[in-house]
Amino acid sequence: MIASEIKPTDEILSHMDGETSIFILGCAGCPEGCDTGGEEQLARFEEELEAAGKTVVGRASVDFLCNKSLVALRLMRHLGEVAQADALLVVSCGVGVQATAAVIDKMVHPALNSVYLGGFQGLWRGSERCAECGECLLDYTGGICPITACTKSLLHGSCGGSDKGKCEIDPDIDCGWTRIYERLKAIGRLDILKRLPPERDYQKMIPSAELRQKSIYALEREV
Amino acid sequence: MGLREAIDSGKFIVTSEVGPPKGTDIHHVLEDAELVRGRVDGINVTDIQASAMRLGSMVTCHLLREAGFNPIFQMTCRDRNRLALQSDLLSASVLGITDVLCLTGDYTTLGDHPQAKPVFDLDSVSLLRAAKGLTEGRDMAGNELQGAPPFTLGAVVNPGAEPLEPQIIKLEQKVEAGAQFIQTQAVYDVPAFERFVKAASHINVPILVGIVLLKSAGMAKYMNRSVAGVFVPDPLIQEMSDAEDRVAASVNIAARLIKELGPMARGAHIMPIGWDKHVPKVLDAAEL
Repeated sequence: MIASEIKPTDEILSHMDGETSIFILGCAGCPEGCDTGGEEQLARFEEELEAAGKTVVGRASVDFLCNKSLVALRLMRHLGEVAQADALLVVSCGVGVQATAAVIDKMVHPALNSVYLGGFQGLWRGSERCAECGECLLDYTGGICPITACTKSLLHGSCGGSDKGKCEIDPDIDCGWTRIYERLKAIGRLDILKRLPPERDYQKMIPSAELRQKSIYALEREV
Repeated sequence: MGLREAIDSGKFIVTSEVGPPKGTDIHHVLEDAELVRGRVDGINVTDIQASAMRLGSMVTCHLLREAGFNPIFQMTCRDRNRLALQSDLLSASVLGITDVLCLTGDYTTLGDHPQAKPVFDLDSVSLLRAAKGLTEGRDMAGNELQGAPPFTLGAVVNPGAEPLEPQIIKLEQKVEAGAQFIQTQAVYDVPAFERFVKAASHINVPILVGIVLLKSAGMAKYMNRSVAGVFVPDPLIQEMSDAEDRVAASVNIAARLIKELGPMARGAHIMPIGWDKHVPKVLDAAEL
């Protein structure tokens, strides 16, 4: 499972400039095990967003957000609400946020920071990857991870080796930053690129003793 | 001494490039530099170019400086974390090296030690920001320095990149982070450079257009096939393959490109790729 921590509310809100209607999508997999997800947390996120003046147009929970087809299928039941939303707040690991971005042409905001693999990664095969940075950057990149999609894990755009959308090290791999650029352009949010953090804080990749304890306990309790 | 002066003077800036040897025999580097003595404003020294292990950029810059040249210290993020990058910047400064070109660097698997761990703790933009911070007397952690390095910082851009817009956005970030001059990847395609110049017209730092000596038609085809964002138009390839004297044709093409592209830029950055001895002929033919 991927162990996660809740992002500070201020940080989540700071990425929602100009967005008033939000749909909350939760993962009923790993986050429940770490007490960062589940019905109770989704209700708390709704409360906090409403308190900050946002309108929560709907809420849904999917068993495993890492499974793209399941996400698409479940969201079908909420098409009307999702259509009204300016953006989605996704309460899951980085894989779930990316899987959601892959099926929805809207801004996706990660509600959690993925910290480490407490066992194994998700339950479903998918093309998305999470590096458990402890500081999820998907808010800046339209839901495509610059750390795992870029071979060099660059933070500020493609390197000089990127060629016609392909990676310097292997022409069969898409350039992650070209994908990010195209995605942000498609949803009209190229402006976010200017807000990227200056550099990574690798310290955040180290899970706290408390979290390590908590998620191992949670895992053992489940199995 | 240094690029700052050339930038401030408003003159057409010319820089060239040398690559440190794979080994300890450095006499070629010094000989190659001698060929352009007094004719260029700076000599770039590549940093483990193409990820193939070789003598270091900093010590080569130091030797060039001792011999009276103005070296431009290239620094990539491939091999060092933020501690080493900042430390090397301070070390370079103490040796009197003031011009630094900040690059992300090629990936390790492209070179001769593909097993090496790629670092990329920082990228070109964050390295520029870190280096600028040092010039302002503090490190990346915000600690105060005892003595700050007086760097003139540079960055690169690829005018032929496809798509171009993300490259322009990144260029904006580089300038915002502290880049004071820009050198470009090789340009052979004049209309493509015009498009780039138009797209980058709001960039308020000098841009030096990259000129790589075309050594043969084969090299041109290789670049078209394998070098990202570099396009050699067919007439130039034809000119090289028809040439009886390849050197003369190459010099002629480079000088012509400098004359055509130069007026759209603040200067030219000449990369001889082993043909260092022909650079003076290019400068003569371009009337520089």
